[in-house]
Amino acid sequence: MRHDFLDRYSRLESPVHRLPAGIKLGAALLLVLLIALAPLPAHWFFVTVAAGLLGTALAARIPFGYLGKRLLLIEPFVLGMAALTLLQPGGRAVFAGIVVRSTLCLVTMVLLANTTPFTELLRLLRRARMPTLLVTTLALMYRYLFVLMDETERMNRARHSRTFTRRRWRVWKNLASVIGQLFVRSTERAEQIYAAMCARGWK
Amino acid sequence: MHIPDGFLDAKTAMASGALAAVGVGAALWQAKRTLPARRVPLLGVTAAFIFAAQMLNFPVAGGTSGHLVGGVLAAVLVGPGAAMIVMTAVLMVQCFLFADGGVTALGANIFNMGLVNVFVGYAIYRGARRLVNGQRGMILGAAFASWCATVLAAVCCAGQIAWAGKVPWRLVFPAMAGVHMLIGIGEGAITALVLLAIVRARPELIERNDDAPQPAVTIGYGLLVALGLALFVSPFACAWPDGLEKVATKLGFEQHTATASLVTVPFPDYKLPWLGESGWVTASVGALGTLAAFAFAWLLARMLVPEKKN
Repeated sequence: MRHDFLDRYSRLESPVHRLPAGIKLGAALLLVLLIALAPLPAHWFFVTVAAGLLGTALAARIPFGYLGKRLLLIEPFVLGMAALTLLQPGGRAVFAGIVVRSTLCLVTMVLLANTTPFTELLRLLRRARMPTLLVTTLALMYRYLFVLMDETERMNRARHSRTFTRRRWRVWKNLASVIGQLFVRSTERAEQIYAAMCARGWK
Repeated sequence: MHIPDGFLDAKTAMASGALAAVGVGAALWQAKRTLPARRVPLLGVTAAFIFAAQMLNFPVAGGTSGHLVGGVLAAVLVGPGAAMIVMTAVLMVQCFLFADGGVTALGANIFNMGLVNVFVGYAIYRGARRLVNGQRGMILGAAFASWCATVLAAVCCAGQIAWAGKVPWRLVFPAMAGVHMLIGIGEGAITALVLLAIVRARPELIERNDDAPQPAVTIGYGLLVALGLALFVSPFACAWPDGLEKVATKLGFEQHTATASLVTVPFPDYKLPWLGESGWVTASVGALGTLAAFAFAWLLARMLVPEKKN
């Protein structure tokens, strides 16, 4: 189980981690709303927010290298979409605005994910009267995400060690059969989970 | 196709958020009434499955790679209503854990990839299955439906970004639609290959979802998707300028359309210079692309499923 890249630092010990999850979620959502929808490009606002976020990361003991890596992973998509704005006159200002805003929002969300365990967020959702079925789905998804990713990796490794082909079509077919097998195993697992849930009094 | 934060303004975020909330709410309400308790864990596990499957990279030319999105695959595997819930869960986890897709754009992303993609994809899949029997129909339907659903979701996404006034429609539409016409081919091929693998291992997993949803449900989701398209896409694609202006003044963003029409287009895609800028060029390119995708899906089905000898 080393698929903790999603929220690797969410269970650290720090003043930020100790804050109630509701406050962190509320603050993050408010901040994202402000950043994304603030009508005017106020430079001082963005600089303050950036400084605040870096301060929070420091206080939460989240390594900057990790933050940078996460940004590098998502930023290409943001840049690719934002590049379209460059094709219009005066597009450079729009481009800069969009990139700054989405990068700050991105950092905010990465920080939220890494200072608040997902189960806490789910508890908040449940308390906010989100439909039970959706919360159950999210909870089960989070629970089995890592199991299935492990399983995928195992099957993929097994396939790698048995097939030698570099022909692309063959590789595609193999990968597709890994995914297909993964679904078959997932449904079997879902049936076991249902039996286990019933055995523990779920209805 | 995940829209990040900063690309949508308040009105687009709220409009698409409301549409997504209505759609997901309806799917949840319907699932609560009709989904057998035995299948409840399947939703969460399927969401985890889609997420894990998206991590597998398929090599494309020149060192690049693509991956599955999985809306149509989920719809075929667990049925359209459940698939909407599954894709919503996937998009929420991507947004909150992965920061992939913005919080303010969550509604738009759920509408595009969770509702339009799933519903349109499933409708086309059903149609193709009625047209061609057996496994061949399934492969043809899944591949073609994935392509159409990917392109339509991308067009919706382009409409939202244009409506938010960040990028003019003339730039964002050809770019998004063009790129996703290519991506859709990969999505179609992967979906077809995965379904074939599943149907060969455990055919009953797919057949149990094969009863058609009630007409009222289909009409409801159809109306919702049509409303979204009317809101995001038709103000731009509509041929009647009066309608556009009416919508524009009504929503108070005429200044955006005014600047948009002054923009010179450095993007020649879809706009062959000697033919002017009439809508039918775009339409015919779209139709040609759709025909090509259908031919591709047909070939894929013929290639993957050998003729059955009775």
